[in-house]
Amino acid sequence: MPHHTFILNGSPVSVDVEDDVRLLWVLRDVLGVTGPKYGCGLGVCQACTSHLNGKAFNPCSVPVGALQPTDQVTTIEGLPATVGKDLHPMQEAWLAYDVAQCGYCQPGQIMAAVAKVHQARAAGHEIGDADFDEIRNICRCGTYFRIREAITAGAKNF
Amino acid sequence: MEDQGAAPRRADAGLGRRRFLGYVVAAPTLLVAAQLGEAVLAPTPAAAAVPSLPEPADLYDLTDLLTDATLPTSGLISVQLNADGTAAFALPRAEVGQGITTSTAMLIAEELDLPVSQVRVTLADARPELLFNQFTGASSTTVSTYTPVRVAAAIARERLLAAAAARFGVPASTLTTAAGVVSTPDGRRAGYGELAAAAASTTTIQVGVALKQPADFKVIGTAQPRVDALDIVTGRKQFAMDLSVPGALPTMVCRPPTINGTPLSVQNLAAVRAMPGVTDIATVSTGVAVRAATFGQCIDAVRALQVTWGPGTEDGSSDATVLAELKAAGLPFAVPPVNLLAHTVDSTFTFAFASNSALEPNCAIADVRPGRAEIWASLKTPIAAQGAIAAKLGLLPGAVTVHVTQGGGSFGRKLFFDAALEAAEISQLMGKPVKLMWHRTDEFRQGRTHPMSVSRVRATHALGQVLSFEQRHASVATDFSHGLGEVITALVAKLPVGDIGFSETIFELTQQTPYNFGLTSQLLSEVDKGFNTGSMRGIYSPNVRCAQELVVDQLAAALGQDPYRFRSQSLKDPRARAVLDKVAELGSWGRPMPAGTAQGIALHPEYHSMVAVLVEIDCTPAATGRRIPDAWTGPRVTKVVCAVDAGLVVNPLGLQAQMLGGITDGIALALTSGLHLANGVFQEGSWDNYFYTRQWNTPPDVQIVVLPATGDTPGGAGELAVGAAMAAVACAYGRATGTMPTDFPINHAAPLAFDPLPTTPPVPQSPVDGLTRAY
Repeated sequence: MPHHTFILNGSPVSVDVEDDVRLLWVLRDVLGVTGPKYGCGLGVCQACTSHLNGKAFNPCSVPVGALQPTDQVTTIEGLPATVGKDLHPMQEAWLAYDVAQCGYCQPGQIMAAVAKVHQARAAGHEIGDADFDEIRNICRCGTYFRIREAITAGAKNF
Repeated sequence: MEDQGAAPRRADAGLGRRRFLGYVVAAPTLLVAAQLGEAVLAPTPAAAAVPSLPEPADLYDLTDLLTDATLPTSGLISVQLNADGTAAFALPRAEVGQGITTSTAMLIAEELDLPVSQVRVTLADARPELLFNQFTGASSTTVSTYTPVRVAAAIARERLLAAAAARFGVPASTLTTAAGVVSTPDGRRAGYGELAAAAASTTTIQVGVALKQPADFKVIGTAQPRVDALDIVTGRKQFAMDLSVPGALPTMVCRPPTINGTPLSVQNLAAVRAMPGVTDIATVSTGVAVRAATFGQCIDAVRALQVTWGPGTEDGSSDATVLAELKAAGLPFAVPPVNLLAHTVDSTFTFAFASNSALEPNCAIADVRPGRAEIWASLKTPIAAQGAIAAKLGLLPGAVTVHVTQGGGSFGRKLFFDAALEAAEISQLMGKPVKLMWHRTDEFRQGRTHPMSVSRVRATHALGQVLSFEQRHASVATDFSHGLGEVITALVAKLPVGDIGFSETIFELTQQTPYNFGLTSQLLSEVDKGFNTGSMRGIYSPNVRCAQELVVDQLAAALGQDPYRFRSQSLKDPRARAVLDKVAELGSWGRPMPAGTAQGIALHPEYHSMVAVLVEIDCTPAATGRRIPDAWTGPRVTKVVCAVDAGLVVNPLGLQAQMLGGITDGIALALTSGLHLANGVFQEGSWDNYFYTRQWNTPPDVQIVVLPATGDTPGGAGELAVGAAMAAVACAYGRATGTMPTDFPINHAAPLAFDPLPTTPPVPQSPVDGLTRAY
């Protein structure tokens, strides 16, 4: 069975699984990392949003065989690894605005929010309404407005 | 029976203070249980210019019914004090995001004088002895548990005081409690944890206790963030599919191409069984189940299976055929269409099927062994689930352990236990534990839906007064077979003659016309039982009230009155008028708006609560012409102002969250979220087909105001805002475009905005291009 190695939340991991198994299932079913959620498996709902080398991506839409040994995969469990803090500023903002309801989509929402802030800055501006409107993550509890508030506040702290 | 309460808890706790009975239960640590002594809420009489007789839901609504039903058994709700100073309570309800673990922790913290962070609220396993008291629905949780939970906590506090009095050799009346510590006047202190064993009883005894008065509340009524918020933002909160149950491997079902089709034969069993990761395949009543090392390999196997299917229950049905059934089923109005003495307003509204699917799909873990079974799932009716699973497996209910897990949303879906029943069947057939999850596409196509309905409203008016307002609501049958959560009512609802009575009862207990419109009546008729349906957040209210409020706008126009002022002066209940007035004031009702944009205003009373919503909508090409890939942009709700009076509010932050969710749902139902039925199958198969509200549909300006408590008991809140928001958006759309909308969602009649996924294989393959879309 094919052997795959990559860096998960700062530590190298190895798995033996077929090349075409999507990374979401490698994380959840093989490695037991359950922060990224299944919401569709189609790259649509974005509940599994994590980071690959610092960019937001959907593990449900990437075969594990496409990863290189040097690739850095960060899930919500790895996000707090910022210097000297338990939580990322975006997570703190999520707490301050009590964004979550059921919480199922929120790990993906937070990972998307952090990447979206970086993306906006790379484009030379701070995140705003037009950027929020590009976030595709579904929240079936309908917390979108609090998400917008939290992202605005969280972005000021990193 | 004797009163073991150690001391009057406060100086004013004597005469005139109502006392509640509870128990100290025999246990090695302090364990207390409550007995409910709450009277039903007194009815509010209606007063009117042209009076309408009170409707059933004015006097005794569904929440009252559910609260009364819990009376005989609520004494079994118990709070335990642990040696580490924490209080533990197993809530016999489902937490699905509505915040009841937080509000329940607040109730216990309030009466115990313990920090909220020291209260551990878990979800109780199925407990058949609770009968009606393990049902999560109809916004009834806080209403029905508000008193018994506090009684248990108050008794616990008194027992701790008594134990401390004995330890310190002082009268209990001299002791004070704060933050989980009992203190003497001279500064000696004992933590609750140290006292928990001494406060316990070796026999079960009945005690009396008084509760704090609202004026003394320090926790209830304060904004409390969710108790699970940290677990959520760090990814530690565990849902059913995150649990690690030994041997429970991923499992999915290959489902039929039409609604409720059945598997006849499988052509390539051996080939699929040999696929990578696959361990088991079994034909079950709903399809062909596959168990594999990963869900990805389940999807591969489901797609590879070649199955011959029998017919479903709705083969050949389409939106048009169901609409014809509904139109034929409408009940007659009492008032004739042509009235020589009055003007008549007749309107008909159509509401498409809608999906109540949560983001967490239907899922359950089942471990069925000879003679016993264990189930893990988010269940709002765990007792009914236990009974049904036991019957399916040929076991006694006592041999089936049902664990209620944290749920990733419900919106009505988790009233049913479809996945738990299916997982149990599969586990029994395979002889192995299974972790069953539905594919998203199955959720839309084979999952439960909110029924399609047609609502006709006829109103008459003369001399500036509305004389009659009648509504005839025809709906595809709503499945209430979950009953009120326990086996007996679940069975009654399944009887061929029992269920229309049950539906009609629910309809009558929830639906109201909040205005003094003379002769008012609302009747429900149901057709077609071939669909998998269920209540969606609000049950009938969003559609019923949306239709009503659109007609109210018509009546206001016919009478030459402003829509807000017409509503305000016609309302029966001053509480309703207060929320309406509040949003009109905060939202600057009537302000000049550019062409193609408009305000809409509506309100909704339900479960002893009142909400009003004012929206502003942009229907100009700048909004409707936005281009976003795989999206329905359409008109944009640009602003929402919401005012809510939910009686005594336990957690205003949580209440605002429920209003926000309801508003988001209402926007979806009015504008974008519907299912298209064609040839016996719903066309939607993905979140990019079913247009629930997304960020690009979200109003950038939302204000939610919680009005001061108007009573000393909580009202319901979980479903409250959906109907008002949907109606307000519909009214705003009508005013912005100059045409009253009659078909919902308003995009439903447009050509499909997506290419439907194939039905064979039943689920699509996951993409492989995720790296190219990283940002």
